[in-house]
Amino acid sequence: MSTEEKNSIDLFNLLYKYGTIFVILATILFFSIFLDNFMKFSNVINIFRSVSIVGLISLAITMSLTVDGLDLSAAAIAGFAAVIAAKFMVIWELGTVPAIIVPILVGVIVGGVNAFFIIKMNISDLLATLSMMFLLTGISVTFQSGTAIYNYMPLPNNQGMAPGVLTDAYLFLGKGTIFRIPVPVIIMLIVALFVFVFLNHTKYGRFFYMIGSNQEAAKLSGIPVKKYKTMAYMMSGFIAAVAGLVLGARMGSGEVSAGDPYLMDSVAAAFIGFSVFGIGRPNALGTILGALLMGTLLNGLVMMNFPYYSQDIVKGIVLILALSLTYYKKKN
Amino acid sequence: MLEMKNITKEFPGVKALDSVNFNVGDSEIHALVGANGAGKSTLMKVLAGVYNTFDGEILIDGRKVDILNPKQAKKEGIVIVYQEVDTALIPSLSVAENIMMDYMINDQQNTFMDWKYIKKRAKEEVEALDLDINVNKNVGELSLSEKQMVLIGRAVFLKAKYLILDEPTAPLSLEESRKLFEIVNKLREQGMSIIFISHRLDEVFKICEKVSVLRNGEFIGSYDIKEMTIDKVVEKMLGRKLENTFPKIDCEINGTIFEASDLSGKNGIESVNFKVRAGEIVGLAGLVGAGKTELSKLLFGESKVTAGKIKLHDQEIHNHNTYQAVTNGLALVPEERHTEGVLVNESIETNLTLVNLDHYCRNSFMSRRKIKEASQKVIDNVGIKTPSEKQLVNNLSGGNQQKVSIGKWLLADYEVYIFDEPTKGIDVGSKAEIYKLIGEIVSNGKGVIYASSEFEEILGLTDRVYVMYNGKIVKELKTSETDEEELLFYSTGGGSSEH
Repeated sequence: MSTEEKNSIDLFNLLYKYGTIFVILATILFFSIFLDNFMKFSNVINIFRSVSIVGLISLAITMSLTVDGLDLSAAAIAGFAAVIAAKFMVIWELGTVPAIIVPILVGVIVGGVNAFFIIKMNISDLLATLSMMFLLTGISVTFQSGTAIYNYMPLPNNQGMAPGVLTDAYLFLGKGTIFRIPVPVIIMLIVALFVFVFLNHTKYGRFFYMIGSNQEAAKLSGIPVKKYKTMAYMMSGFIAAVAGLVLGARMGSGEVSAGDPYLMDSVAAAFIGFSVFGIGRPNALGTILGALLMGTLLNGLVMMNFPYYSQDIVKGIVLILALSLTYYKKKN
Repeated sequence: MLEMKNITKEFPGVKALDSVNFNVGDSEIHALVGANGAGKSTLMKVLAGVYNTFDGEILIDGRKVDILNPKQAKKEGIVIVYQEVDTALIPSLSVAENIMMDYMINDQQNTFMDWKYIKKRAKEEVEALDLDINVNKNVGELSLSEKQMVLIGRAVFLKAKYLILDEPTAPLSLEESRKLFEIVNKLREQGMSIIFISHRLDEVFKICEKVSVLRNGEFIGSYDIKEMTIDKVVEKMLGRKLENTFPKIDCEINGTIFEASDLSGKNGIESVNFKVRAGEIVGLAGLVGAGKTELSKLLFGESKVTAGKIKLHDQEIHNHNTYQAVTNGLALVPEERHTEGVLVNESIETNLTLVNLDHYCRNSFMSRRKIKEASQKVIDNVGIKTPSEKQLVNNLSGGNQQKVSIGKWLLADYEVYIFDEPTKGIDVGSKAEIYKLIGEIVSNGKGVIYASSEFEEILGLTDRVYVMYNGKIVKELKTSETDEEELLFYSTGGGSSEH
């Protein structure tokens, strides 16, 4: 190998490993030069808060990506979880605890059902979870009788006002702060830490990666592939439901379509995460950085009065750049 | 001491192994050789627990053992490293985890990973093998030979007593092979026995102490390497000469129509020179992995030419992609019929008219009538047995599928036809018909390049033959003046100056 060739390869490796980080730093630098308020504590917190939902949903998707799957129903699970919580409190007056536990259980069960269709019915991950997304949205709209559920909402058939309210304890999940840091951010960081430790420091996390990277070899080495795949989808459902609770609390209502806008951003964030530090596999840290990159860009663009209807152009470009890095490397 | 006694393994219609007795002593390097289809891989798969049904018994140190799955084989200290190393590796995880995979899955009690232990043990294995590999690196970033080493490291960690290496050197460079041999020798000194499957007899003679020969599923014998020569082994591999049943078609051979000079390619072909004359069948002989398929694809624009020229009728042509190759007048019948030769889920007529659909169109719209007529013509000429031209190719027998794969090139005029193992996996009757078809092609003044690892075919069919070894043409021979023994000699690296 000539030295010239070697140098260019090294440069590419460098770009591959630190490309995403470099882009994030460059973005921050750019905005802090041109915007006076960009690096203020309040704005940084603002960015974190704005990415917390995307961050959580993309962590859910990351779990499915580790076993070489893709959970497209994650955002719908989140929306459904918010609806269940709202209905439990506002219509049925069942209190905070069941309103938090039941949606999470539902999320886990939906994950299990996803896994059933993928493993037993042999439907591809993408199609199974896409169908689940439609199904859940439909079930949720029916369950909420067609409208969003919120405090003091008028009931159909002139039955007066809704009897219950979203409790303060529940709303704290979305609107509260601890030491000036918003609770959604804290929840996102806790879940990210959990995913990080699980994937990197428990043997089950490593089994997930083995399955995702070479299922046949994993199976022949004695890993119960179906069991762990099911587990991955259940964990995805769990995290998505948590995201839904935070989302519902932040909006102060329950509405399944509230999760929709987060789906594509979350998928993008999880895929950007592949290439961070050249890890080359889905991972918690990369996913969060991916979400932050998107959030930072959008926040800065809004502050610069970049027209909101053109923001998707920027998102698309960032995604293509990040994916080029990941897949160009894979090809070689 | 490992003993395999009276091992018989049958597949539907084929007896792959017929009461084979194969013994391997302690700490020896034992070569297992045989022509393609002799049963080497099947025998080793029996030993590695790939099959759960076979007749006969396996004894280790005189104790009868059950080996019906890979886990049991591992427990008895038998580990196999296949040529396709990627099937056993996890590319997105580190070298350390790949070496310690079995420990992580089966022995690790704690939920939390003991990274310190895993890295330490993996590092010990790597250092014991004298390798220069960072255990924190992802396996996906390693070279092929490094991946092989990771698998050998895994075998050592599993305390393998018997390590099977299935054609380990086929994809390696000379330097990498040398390194592998050093390690294999070291392992033997530590008490491991290595079963070494190779087509390269020069290597066998370099590192093995014993050699066992299989032929057509039968065990021919085990010999001390000191008492053998390459010629003798080749003789054992072939047995007595098989009868030739090839329809010899006499046709006039004219001037050169196709020529490659100093041709090298990105896929490992190195400065190849050859020519094809009108009316001539030129053989490319070589064992599996010698580079025949690569050369065929290189000529056909499926890989990048890095040096050299291709000339057709004395004019230089450039095939940057397969489309250009076809436009320039080349036709390729590829080795993998199912994935490369035909569209299995389409009808016969779709397949036959695929390569020049333009001819069966009227103003951009397909003409059903023309397609039907043309297809029926080919079906008759080539002798495809089918009730209708609308039949899905998937429903045809292997031989008839291959006739479709060839037939699609007969509807238009091509200058040079390249056949890559066209009779692989098809019955004797269809083989003869395909030989006849090829005869007809050359009698029309076309050139044919016929790549095959079945030397019997090469000898029966071709006029001239180039022998390939390791991506190069190592010898040109006149078919009428050579025999199977000579072909095998050159294609196993005999007479090769670099050894």
